[in-house]
Amino acid sequence: MLKVVDLKASIDGVEILKGVNIEIKAGEVHAIMGPNGSGKSTFASILAGRDIYDEIKGKVIYNGHDLLDLSPEDRAREGIFLGFQYPVEIPGVSMVNFLKTALNQKREYLGLEPLSASDFLKVMREKKELIHIESQLTNRSVNEGFSGGEKKKNEIFQMALLEPKLSILDETDSGLDIDALRVVANGVNKLKSKENATIVITHYQRLLEYIVPDYVHVMFNGRIVKSSGKELALELEEKGYDWIKNNVYGIG
Amino acid sequence: MVSKQDKIIHEVTQGEYKYGFTTDIEIDVIPKGLNEEIVRLISEKKKEPEFMLEFRLKAFRHWKTLKIPSWAHLKIPEINYQDIIFYAAPKQKAKLNSLDDVDPELRKTFDKLGISLDEQKRLTGVAVDAVMDSVSVKTTFKETLAELGIIFCSFSEAVQEHPDLVKKYIGTVVPYTDNYFAALNSAVFSDGSFCFIPKGVRCPMELSTYFRINASNTGQFERTLIIAEDNSYVSYLEGCTAPMRDENQLHAAIVEIIALNNAEVKYSTVQNWYPGDKYGKGGIYNFVTKRGICRGENSKISWTQVETGSAITWKYPSCILLGNNSIGEFYSVAVTNNHQQADTGTKMTHIGKNTKSTIVSKGISAGVSQNSYRGLVKVLKKAENARNFSQCDSLLLGDKCGAHTFPYLEVDNNTAIVEHEATTSKIGEDQIFYCNQRGIDTENAIALIVNGYAKEVLNKLPMEFAVEAQKLLQISLEGSVG
Repeated sequence: MLKVVDLKASIDGVEILKGVNIEIKAGEVHAIMGPNGSGKSTFASILAGRDIYDEIKGKVIYNGHDLLDLSPEDRAREGIFLGFQYPVEIPGVSMVNFLKTALNQKREYLGLEPLSASDFLKVMREKKELIHIESQLTNRSVNEGFSGGEKKKNEIFQMALLEPKLSILDETDSGLDIDALRVVANGVNKLKSKENATIVITHYQRLLEYIVPDYVHVMFNGRIVKSSGKELALELEEKGYDWIKNNVYGIG
Repeated sequence: MVSKQDKIIHEVTQGEYKYGFTTDIEIDVIPKGLNEEIVRLISEKKKEPEFMLEFRLKAFRHWKTLKIPSWAHLKIPEINYQDIIFYAAPKQKAKLNSLDDVDPELRKTFDKLGISLDEQKRLTGVAVDAVMDSVSVKTTFKETLAELGIIFCSFSEAVQEHPDLVKKYIGTVVPYTDNYFAALNSAVFSDGSFCFIPKGVRCPMELSTYFRINASNTGQFERTLIIAEDNSYVSYLEGCTAPMRDENQLHAAIVEIIALNNAEVKYSTVQNWYPGDKYGKGGIYNFVTKRGICRGENSKISWTQVETGSAITWKYPSCILLGNNSIGEFYSVAVTNNHQQADTGTKMTHIGKNTKSTIVSKGISAGVSQNSYRGLVKVLKKAENARNFSQCDSLLLGDKCGAHTFPYLEVDNNTAIVEHEATTSKIGEDQIFYCNQRGIDTENAIALIVNGYAKEVLNKLPMEFAVEAQKLLQISLEGSVG
């Protein structure tokens, strides 16, 4: 589904990604871990199409498309979803209006008829029940006045509604208490299928107990330096990131 | 580094002003220029009674002693009054009794504007008084309203048929001495609406008027007078369009509203005058004095406006809260784009006891436009227990436009509670990206965000207008986003 070859990117003259290589197939869950500043969020943001980088080099093939050629909204309509680390507030714009516009733009792109208001509300209700999200969240303006946990739950709700093929969850677990973590993880697990894939970016092994990855990658200094199965997460937890540093650079 | 969003932001207006067409019909004009003879000529053409001519002449003589005010945050090119035609009426044969009598070219114009004078309009419950270049063409539903004792007709007709009412109230809210443009209007006013709601009557339908400026170099000087007697209610809609012209056109109107005991008047405007092209050439100058007096106890006047047009907008719909417990409201969304300028706001004067006023002003600036809010909340010494809440928000789209706020608070009574909030914001690039990432393209994202921003005001509009207003907001910001 996704093939990233030697992806490099810099911002304000500073190179952040120094050659990322990764391949993701449908039905898989990949975890990306790594210390702060290693480029995890940058990688997610570039896949989503954020336009703030000086130069992006390398190749990203997504379901046969040259992803770097597509606008962010087209990437979304092709099924890419980014669960933001810090979801932004959009006061005055209701969740309902926001998501209805998003869904119908996607449908238009795919040559489908738009959903009527009542059909859309039906879909919204189904998804709310599916991932156990409270009504109040969806009756308000986009993320306005939401707590950190509520914002993250709201990201998963949007994911349920938009049914993406490739979800990238950027530190979805940061700031969550155990209960919120469970709700988020359950939601992600319910949405998993053989046709879609998920990239989970996280610092902590804890989330990966709930969302069990098929592969774990460690990003360090703008590159993926180690890839293995889910045990790698446990090893990291035990030995810390210094272990990786030493392994990669042979220091100490 | 110019991001793609910057590119969209710097794109110029794409949407063509779709009402930019003209009608080819015979127009009865008088020579250009302004002097006492022209004033007399206007009055004569309208067959006005003596008192009306006197009113005009007094106003004209006063206007000659005045100079155009210069305190606004506006750059106004010099206006040559001798180069303007002050009266243009489409030539009609005789009085119009049915739609068949209306000039077919004229009818076509109104159809293009989406105003049907047909009885079909009755189904939507809106009575329409269509004004074309200074003369009211037809008033529908006059008979229906007449049964309730409601008078809704053109101002010119009111001068003929209800001179006593006109004489009693004209100039009592906006005297010709009020300001430069009030004096000008009082001398050369062309036509407008007259509305009288008798005691105890609740007007069953929204009353509306559609204005249109057609002949080039004609200034339009509407005069509207609305009188709501004790315990009455009326909701009035004003909407305007204008054709594309190269020469600037002056629009100096006066609206006076009188609300007596327990009466309520709701006045809504969706203004769409030609704003000038993307280089700042052409466009209407909209210099208007609108004022309502809550004369009676428990009376209420609400102004709601969505202003997206005009090259220069200069207006302060205001309320004088004379009656005890009276309420004044002002809800406004003012959009400026490209080279438009706006200096607009309101004045709430608290005179009686326990009076309340609410001001919600949402400015949106884009392009290289300048958008200023100017508001006055005045509480007089004897005004016990006055309450005011003001909220002035500015939204900047892009980094070349300007938003300014000039709030004035003059409070001379220490039982008053006056609250003022102001915010300035811009649409964040991260907000747009969030929308993009959900599959919403940038133009739609901005439309969503702007509508969300203006929602509080749009919700105050009567249903018929709310939809038009939303579309208008989108069109006025199309392409030239910032």
